[in-house]
Amino acid sequence: MKQVYLDYSATTPVKKEVLEEMIPFFSENFGNPSSAYTIGYKSRGAVDLARQRVASLVGAKEKEIFFTSSGTEANNWAIFGVCDAMKDKGNHIITTKIEHPAVLNHCEFLEKRGYKVTYLDVQKDGIVDPKALEDAITKDVILISIMLINNEIGTIQPLKELCQIAKKHNILFHTDAVQALGNIPLDVKELGIDLMSISAHKIYGPKGVGALYIKDGVKISNFMHGGSQEHAKRAGTENLTGIVGFGKAAEIAKEHLMEHIDRLTELRDYFIDRVMLKIPNVALNGHRSLRHPGNANLRFDYIEGESMLLFLDVKGISVSTGSACASEETTPSHVLTALQIPIEQIHSSVRFTLGDFTTMEDLDYTIEELAVIVEKLRQISPISK
Amino acid sequence: MNNMYNEIVMDHFMNPRNVGEIENADGIGMYGSPVCGDMTSVYIKVDNDRITDAKFKTFGCGSAIASSSIATELMKGKTIDEVLAITTKQIVSELGGLPDAKVHCSVLARHAIKSAIYDYAQKTGKTYAGLAGFNPDADEDDDE
Repeated sequence: MKQVYLDYSATTPVKKEVLEEMIPFFSENFGNPSSAYTIGYKSRGAVDLARQRVASLVGAKEKEIFFTSSGTEANNWAIFGVCDAMKDKGNHIITTKIEHPAVLNHCEFLEKRGYKVTYLDVQKDGIVDPKALEDAITKDVILISIMLINNEIGTIQPLKELCQIAKKHNILFHTDAVQALGNIPLDVKELGIDLMSISAHKIYGPKGVGALYIKDGVKISNFMHGGSQEHAKRAGTENLTGIVGFGKAAEIAKEHLMEHIDRLTELRDYFIDRVMLKIPNVALNGHRSLRHPGNANLRFDYIEGESMLLFLDVKGISVSTGSACASEETTPSHVLTALQIPIEQIHSSVRFTLGDFTTMEDLDYTIEELAVIVEKLRQISPISK
Repeated sequence: MNNMYNEIVMDHFMNPRNVGEIENADGIGMYGSPVCGDMTSVYIKVDNDRITDAKFKTFGCGSAIASSSIATELMKGKTIDEVLAITTKQIVSELGGLPDAKVHCSVLARHAIKSAIYDYAQKTGKTYAGLAGFNPDADEDDDE
């Protein structure tokens, strides 16, 4: 059966060139980068090269990139590290209602420990109103954390403007750029970011490796304590193969960035337009153009997303939904809730995310199957007109 | 096959039995709402205290659709007392089991069926022991 993977925002396959570059570092060049002999140096060199490649993709200096185990760790470190280092200056964090759980749940954790957190609303298209940020700032704010691209609806925030507001008030700005990396031009200096979380497995690298960008001079406390790896800021023997893979993936992403964006944008727009043309009562969640080039989050009135996911899976098509029917009450997506979409329509939403191996034929097949599935589920639906 | 559900569930999800509405139904029951994430309506025809036909429509996940499908199959041809005695456990077991997180979906079907019979009883003035204390609008989350 045909297999169509349309969940690239969940994870991506490791590219061949990436895997090939990783393989020697499992058994041949396996040395510990901290060891003071030849095979240790080789590993050290490989980590340095990877750091250089990742730094180059985001316009950072090499010494500003610190490898972690994941984007989640980078988010946790950034928030905890700033709050701990700045605890004498204030106890107030500003973030948004549409952040990834890696940010939201850490903020909730800190709230229970006496920190104050403001969760900014977003506008109906998913964009943060810079004025709302400005208005939320108090003298106790020590950190602003706003994601660059949302993982569910793909919305791109006006980060430069938001960073300028933070700078004006002398507040550190962190962004979760896990979905943005390799999918939009991204330059930390140009945007004015102080801290940024990224991850390898969203850009055709391996799982289990991420990084935190910490602008030179920004002081944050350590999160992992132990050895002196990563300039004594993040302890733990380096995930050598993972870091090598991250570096190669970053190099490829930089080399083909514009081509990748143009191709995905064209496929995405084709997909959204065709689906909306072929299937009645479909709407797009999130801003139409300020959007991840591969993200199409659509709602199909009168039917429930998870039943669509299941049906598509039977046809070999992998997608995701924002809602999870895993308890007595189906929990609607916190992101779509923040967009003020009626709850029944949140339950009808499905996320399709396209990537480098998505073809026009894949999309045509998906649209064709989708039309049949939607029709069938609407016939079963008691609320269908 | 999909590893979340067994083949019986997938069959009832992809080829649901008894989908639709019945014109001049003797009883109509509804439970849930699109806001909660699932909703089922059940239509029944009754002859001499026996369910002669049953149809359903469901907005919900795969297990909600499969549960409604098999539940309407189970009730056809049975007496009202027999239908009222159908438990959610029975619905789940007829489906060959549901993942733990999805067992609650069978409650939806059973409650809608009971509501349809309640509607029939209201219209005809009949009483059934199995309806004692039943409130069609109440949240039902007990599992017997």
